[in-house]
Amino acid sequence: MSALLELKNVSKIYGSLHALDHVSLKVEQGEWLAIMGPSGSGKSTMMNIIGALDKATEGEILLDGVDIAKKTAKALTEIRRDKIGLIFQQFHLVSYLTAVENVMLSQYYHSVPDEKEALEALERVGLKERARHYPSQLSGGEQQRVCVARALINYPEIILADEPTGNLDEANEEIVVELFRKLHEEGTTLVVVTHNPEVAEVAQRTIVLRNGKVERETVNPNFTGKIKHITLQ
Amino acid sequence: MKKRKMYFRMITASLLRRRSRMIIALLAIAIGATILSGLLTIYIDVPRQMRTQFRNYGANMILTPAEERIQPEAVAAALSFISQDEIVGVAPYRYETVRINDRPVLAAATDMQGAKAASPFWRVDGEWPDSDGEIMVGKNVADLYLLRVGSKTTATYMPEEATEDTLDNSSDFTVTGILDTGGKEEDYVYMSFADMQQLTGKDKGYDVCELSVSADAEGLRAYADRITGELSSVNAKLVKRVTQSEDTVLSKLQALVLLVTVVVLMLTMICVATTMTAVVAERRKEIGLRKALGASNSSIIAEFMGEGIVLGAVGGLLGALLGFWFAQTVSVNVFNSSIVLMPWLVPVTLLASVLVTAIACMIPIRSATDVDPALVLKGE
Repeated sequence: MSALLELKNVSKIYGSLHALDHVSLKVEQGEWLAIMGPSGSGKSTMMNIIGALDKATEGEILLDGVDIAKKTAKALTEIRRDKIGLIFQQFHLVSYLTAVENVMLSQYYHSVPDEKEALEALERVGLKERARHYPSQLSGGEQQRVCVARALINYPEIILADEPTGNLDEANEEIVVELFRKLHEEGTTLVVVTHNPEVAEVAQRTIVLRNGKVERETVNPNFTGKIKHITLQ
Repeated sequence: MKKRKMYFRMITASLLRRRSRMIIALLAIAIGATILSGLLTIYIDVPRQMRTQFRNYGANMILTPAEERIQPEAVAAALSFISQDEIVGVAPYRYETVRINDRPVLAAATDMQGAKAASPFWRVDGEWPDSDGEIMVGKNVADLYLLRVGSKTTATYMPEEATEDTLDNSSDFTVTGILDTGGKEEDYVYMSFADMQQLTGKDKGYDVCELSVSADAEGLRAYADRITGELSSVNAKLVKRVTQSEDTVLSKLQALVLLVTVVVLMLTMICVATTMTAVVAERRKEIGLRKALGASNSSIIAEFMGEGIVLGAVGGLLGALLGFWFAQTVSVNVFNSSIVLMPWLVPVTLLASVLVTAIACMIPIRSATDVDPALVLKGE
């Protein structure tokens, strides 16, 4: 496997705060990586930098062999549009557009909106019947599934999910993780930031950040992509 | 689906599904456009309205003879130089001294309909004469000779140099009306040209001809110059106190209307800008999301500007229609006459509304492009 994404000594400094401190990381093509860590550990900063939403203070970020660290804001917009699929904890759907229109919004900025294709994407996440519903008419789980459909509609090289199950109940969490598993099976590269160890455990590999540094890295030897809920005694 | 279709779907969905906020902006634009359209209509139509009003104050052009008397043909020639639509009234006069009850009094022969049209401010107690043998007397004459409506009287022509033919030439008349103007007109007796000719035995011809013309000062001056220049038997003069008053009042009124229009447009712009600023602030997360999905700044500008333009167009259309109603109401209540519909004002109002809205949207939209998606889309 070749590295789709590679961070070399990446730092993000806000005044005296090192949100990321010389982080190096490789994500292979088709890999499912989970990023964990406590609040303030640098997870979101890393996500923003990988997602071309923010710029690193120093270091190299190679996406598909191209260093995006020094790109202009306009070039980063093009990279987000063409190569990255984003999923957020707060869903961020446009309230006055239907589910299918929200999916088509991503196509609109990428190339040409195709309603048939958008409906197929919703079908993949089990929401074809809810395609004409507005976000306010959908449950949290359904909204997140619309976000997954929106993220995958343009066949991005990498899907970045920031706390994708953070606002979901257990049942919907399972549905979303199952969708990730399917995407992974189809060869999609996934980077999932999560607080939830159960969600992190289903990934192939997990890195834990602390104080802007990679504290440890674990590879899941029994990777199945299926979630196992821990019952607390 | 074509990109354009999706673009319009997004704009209309945004406007329709976020009605409460957009209605405020739409109302501001519609009210602004109504005032703009209404005041423009008044601005253009007010000179016509005012000139009609000013015509109530009497003649604004006088034709006098270059030699002895003006012949009817010369008046007809003079009138042919003036646009027929602008001629409100033509009142030719011939004056002679006659005797009533053996006392001299000034008699004026005129075309009663013409005099009525040229001097609408004349107040007549009774009726205007409408056949031969009927006269209208000024209030002073009536008081002096104790004449009332319906009185019979005899007028005798008294030429400066009496001859066998003219001496003791008398006619009987019935008084049909008493003229009350508050001016020198109250010293005259008014009769038809036929009665005057019968009484005096003199040929046709006028001493003066008063014209009431609905034109601005410049137009009147041009007409007067042309009449005087091209007709050797007639001199045309303007009644300056009337024409100058008209010009002064009109120019001040138009300046006022223009000022109010500009102020209203500025207020509309401020209201739209404020509303759009609030809209952008409310939609920061949505803007951030669009940018995260790959929207360029020009896409964001196009989307918000599109919403502004649709608002401007709808508000402008509403305003153009309401503006006509507004102008009509003002015109009927102030000038007591209807205005003329000017269809070209609809596209002008529409364009002005779109332009004003677009300008008002510029600053809020500029701030929309400054939204940092990483900041506004942050997790918790």
